[in-house]
Amino acid sequence: MTTRIDTAGARIGMWIFLYSEIILFGGLFVLYAVYFYDYPELFAKGGKELNRIIGSLNTVVLLVSSFTVAASIAAIQRGRKGQAMTFLAFSIFCGLVFVVNKYFEWGAKIRHDIYPNSATLQDGEPGLNIFFGLYYVITGLHGLHVIIGMALLTVSLVLVMRDRITASRYVVLENSGLYWHLVDLIWIFVFPLFYLVL
Amino acid sequence: MTAAQSYLEQPSPPGRTGWKAWLLTHDHKRLGLMYLWAILFWFVLAAILGLLMRTELMSAGRTIMGPETYSSMFTLHGVIMIFLFGIPAIPAIFGNFFLPIQLGADDVFFPRLNLLSWYLFMFGGGFAVFSLFFGDGFPDTGWTFYVPFSISSSGNVSLTVTAAFILGMSSMLTGLNFVTTFHRMRDKAMGLMKIPLFTWSVYATAWVQILATPVIAITFVLVVLERLLSIGLFEPDKGGDPLLYQHLFWMYSHPAVYIIILPAMGVISEIIPTFSHKSIFGYKAIVYSSLAIAIAGSLVWAHHMYTSGMSDVSVFVFSLLTFLVAIPSAVKVFSWVSTMYKGSIEMSPPFFLTLCFIYLFTVGGLTGLVIGAAGTDIHVHDTHFVVAHFHFVMLGGTGFAFFAALHYWWPKMFGVMYRNRPAYIGAVSAAVGFIFHFVPMLILGMQGMPRRYYDYLPQYETGNFLAGFGAYLLVFGLLLMLLNLVLSLRGPRTAPANPWGGATLEWSVPSPPPVENFTDPPNIKDFPYDFSEIVGNSKK
Amino acid sequence: MESIEEHRHITGYGQLAVILALLLALTGVTVAVSYIHLGFFNVPVALAIAALKASLVLLFFMHLRHEGPVIRYAFITAILFLAVMIGFTFWDVAFR
Repeated sequence: MTTRIDTAGARIGMWIFLYSEIILFGGLFVLYAVYFYDYPELFAKGGKELNRIIGSLNTVVLLVSSFTVAASIAAIQRGRKGQAMTFLAFSIFCGLVFVVNKYFEWGAKIRHDIYPNSATLQDGEPGLNIFFGLYYVITGLHGLHVIIGMALLTVSLVLVMRDRITASRYVVLENSGLYWHLVDLIWIFVFPLFYLVL
Repeated sequence: MTAAQSYLEQPSPPGRTGWKAWLLTHDHKRLGLMYLWAILFWFVLAAILGLLMRTELMSAGRTIMGPETYSSMFTLHGVIMIFLFGIPAIPAIFGNFFLPIQLGADDVFFPRLNLLSWYLFMFGGGFAVFSLFFGDGFPDTGWTFYVPFSISSSGNVSLTVTAAFILGMSSMLTGLNFVTTFHRMRDKAMGLMKIPLFTWSVYATAWVQILATPVIAITFVLVVLERLLSIGLFEPDKGGDPLLYQHLFWMYSHPAVYIIILPAMGVISEIIPTFSHKSIFGYKAIVYSSLAIAIAGSLVWAHHMYTSGMSDVSVFVFSLLTFLVAIPSAVKVFSWVSTMYKGSIEMSPPFFLTLCFIYLFTVGGLTGLVIGAAGTDIHVHDTHFVVAHFHFVMLGGTGFAFFAALHYWWPKMFGVMYRNRPAYIGAVSAAVGFIFHFVPMLILGMQGMPRRYYDYLPQYETGNFLAGFGAYLLVFGLLLMLLNLVLSLRGPRTAPANPWGGATLEWSVPSPPPVENFTDPPNIKDFPYDFSEIVGNSKK
Repeated sequence: MESIEEHRHITGYGQLAVILALLLALTGVTVAVSYIHLGFFNVPVALAIAALKASLVLLFFMHLRHEGPVIRYAFITAILFLAVMIGFTFWDVAFR
């Protein structure tokens, strides 16, 4: 069997995987769309209880990390190994910041008795229960993907370090980068839908 | 050709020996066989479950099992037949084996991902078995897992839907592999309109696998989360809407039936030209209709929900769209029949099974119109009419096409010829048994017998009793065909490269093929169903 | 080894930085607009800005503008399916 280097094909495979991830989150956006239509005022009320500053910060963090991931690819294309590694490490750090922020956000909510099946949500308005139910499911699934993305970027970082990713062979980095950008894309929609509903 | 040269002897990657040469293989052909044995196991198991269910129904009241067992049985039968047979069978076995060869390639684009798909398939199946024996037993919700029952039911719902999730990943990754292979590994001389129709059908199916499967993935994740956390996303008391579960579920499960039927249609499009010794009629129409079915099939999911309480507007819209989906299927049936017209027909087991397909699938499709029209559906929804309809298309259709594919490509995969007589006897038994089993259900359904009911009113007993005999004849026929095929493996490997006179590339390589598929570069004809050479040779 | 390499576009740092600046600016805009009460129109405006940001990430960070027709048409197909998933559900929800 002849081995071949076909980076376009490798990228096609990754993009196809991304389409499936888009549809995966899409199912949750179907629920959001319907329930927002059903409970517009209560969704606004729930949105006010979310911390817009942390939400905006997380948005900025992910956007910057997308930039640094793209920059790491630009760096490796120019053969600048050190730069590529720095950009990658910074991206992973951004992911960590995001996850830590999320931890504090969730912690605060849980301390205020707002979590799936909590007494506050059970006894309160059903629409509010749905808002926070969706909040936990969507940001939870997204957070899981942030962690997976960080793992992929870490693998790429190690491969760059070991010269297994180079200027002539960097499709693994590209594909990891694509996954990370998807994580950013999803948040770009999650942010206004949950934090900016006013 | 010496025996040492085929893929059955030579491993890929080279150097592996023993079980590692199979369990760690990158060879799409070996993977196709590994899927074959697993899927045949699941098919036979689910068929026997079906037989047990129908035996129970042969007399009113308790016959051989109690009501809870019966509910778990139809759930298990459905889960296995859909997720472990219907969806994977033709793509994972024949798509894996023949898509690369039909394209003139030496493997799929991501061979190791292909291996992972197989492990996910085996792992998912194992998970399903695990959920049979642990905890409070197998779910009794039906394979559709409707809320609220699936959330409150004590059975192992979480384990089973997780198994389905894993199987979905296998399916999605297979689709990903096929699409990439299709676009990047075709022989340079093979333009889009020279690709064989089986490959086109598997390609169209692959897109549905990629885009629709994630919907059921998230749906089942939500079921598990609801069972664990009681969020309330589908519970009215907590603000949820149970109909949204049905929407999400059918958003996958309707396209899933097109995953089940499209590759089967691709098989038929291969077999008919070969045994008519004539080029396929309407090649482009069949290509476009495959893509049209994939697209249109993604727009009609709520035709499973006419009586659920959804709005009248959506009942109207989805009913209208459902009628549109019938059109491309009819285009295919017309093309197949036109291919046979004025052809030089040669009967063979695969061709006989193909003819059974055309008849049974057409009947199934016509009964689909009764259900697809919202007005008539009110009368037959959730009755045995529906059960008969989907068995006509999924068993009479895909099932028979699967057996046709087995009989068509068996000599190529194994290098052996099976005996024709048992094949014909089995096929006739299966076809006759099928009709005697499922036609009564059409009538019982119209008379009002509900589906998934353990017991029934006395007036339905005669129909159920008679239908039971059909079931035994059907299963006998299926098992006879399988036994005949398996026993043929004991014989010598004397099958020629092209026993049927087929025109596509797999018939230009030895039976069984060498590990690299093509020892000489493949000869791409102007048109994949060009029989002039084959017909010319046969006249000599 | 066969190599099917194609000429790859080498991204410029400057261009990437400009895109980041645009993304951050749009983030600011969407936060600011959320304080202006447009009633129902807050939603489409927020989604439109999000779609614009997403397009920038897709086209420039993910190099979608340099990819071939397979990836681009498939992307559109995925988005269309998503639109159908949401839109067609509303045939039910909006008319009950």
